[in-house]
Amino acid sequence: MEIVNFTPLASLLGGSLIGLAAVLLMLVLGRIMGATGILAAAIWGEDDRSWRWAILAGMISGPALFLMLTGGWPEITVPSSTPMLVIGGLLVGLGVSYGSGCTSGHGVCGLARLSPRSLAATLTFMLTTGLTVYVTRHVMGV
Amino acid sequence: MRLLLTYLIGLIFGLGISISGMANPEKVLNFFDIAGTWDPSLAFVMGGALVVTFFGYRWVLGRPGPSFDQMFHLPQNRSIDLKLLGGSAVFGVGWGMSGFCPGGALPAIGTGRSEVLIFAAALIGGMALARFINTHMSVRFQTPNYAEHKPAPHGPLTHLPRDVAPEADNT
Repeated sequence: MEIVNFTPLASLLGGSLIGLAAVLLMLVLGRIMGATGILAAAIWGEDDRSWRWAILAGMISGPALFLMLTGGWPEITVPSSTPMLVIGGLLVGLGVSYGSGCTSGHGVCGLARLSPRSLAATLTFMLTTGLTVYVTRHVMGV
Repeated sequence: MRLLLTYLIGLIFGLGISISGMANPEKVLNFFDIAGTWDPSLAFVMGGALVVTFFGYRWVLGRPGPSFDQMFHLPQNRSIDLKLLGGSAVFGVGWGMSGFCPGGALPAIGTGRSEVLIFAAALIGGMALARFINTHMSVRFQTPNYAEHKPAPHGPLTHLPRDVAPEADNT
């Protein structure tokens, strides 16, 4: 094992802002900060879609605010090939629809509410993500 | 006012994702690569987010209600079943292949990077596939929200339609 690019302070600060956004969304609108649910209902929901588009617009503006504050775009390095991104994206979209949430909905908001359902979901996807990374990097050598 | 506040909340989330490294697949995948090049940073993202949300929710949910709505919309589904675990397992496989989760990828769209746009299009395609199954197959194959609260054309983790919503329980 080799530890690389460890950024505890930036990650703690970024994580705290994610938590702050989740708390504020509950305070203002009484809603869970789940990226999956917000995206799905923004596209297909039947009522009250406006706040979901507003929050998505805010999220997408995040990197530009980061650029203004730091003078550079957030670093994005994508080791996966295009087919891996497409298949991965399809599986994520299917999986979060059946699993009723993702890292933000289950992993942050659900765990903070001490929901057993979210704990089960989070442990499951953390495990399969780890296994997938192990298989792609160390077995298949992608 | 309501939409402006909501936009600003999204902005805080997007900035947090950008600072934390969750928008960077290489960093995310390294967190899971304990056997190789390990980057423990994401534990600090999760830890920071959880501590703030845990104490913040305790305060907010103790209030009579949110500022711009009648009630707190909290998920009512409590069953730990095959759909929850199977869906989460499939999500993890996709996350491990791509390095993007929805909360990391949505803010990253703002960088305009082609890889992010490809992933986001596939993500929406996967959600659309689940919705196609909802409308064309029997209940046992439908996503939890759709199967349990007909008619409920909502995404996961959203509130129930008003006519079947349970009494507000904000105590």
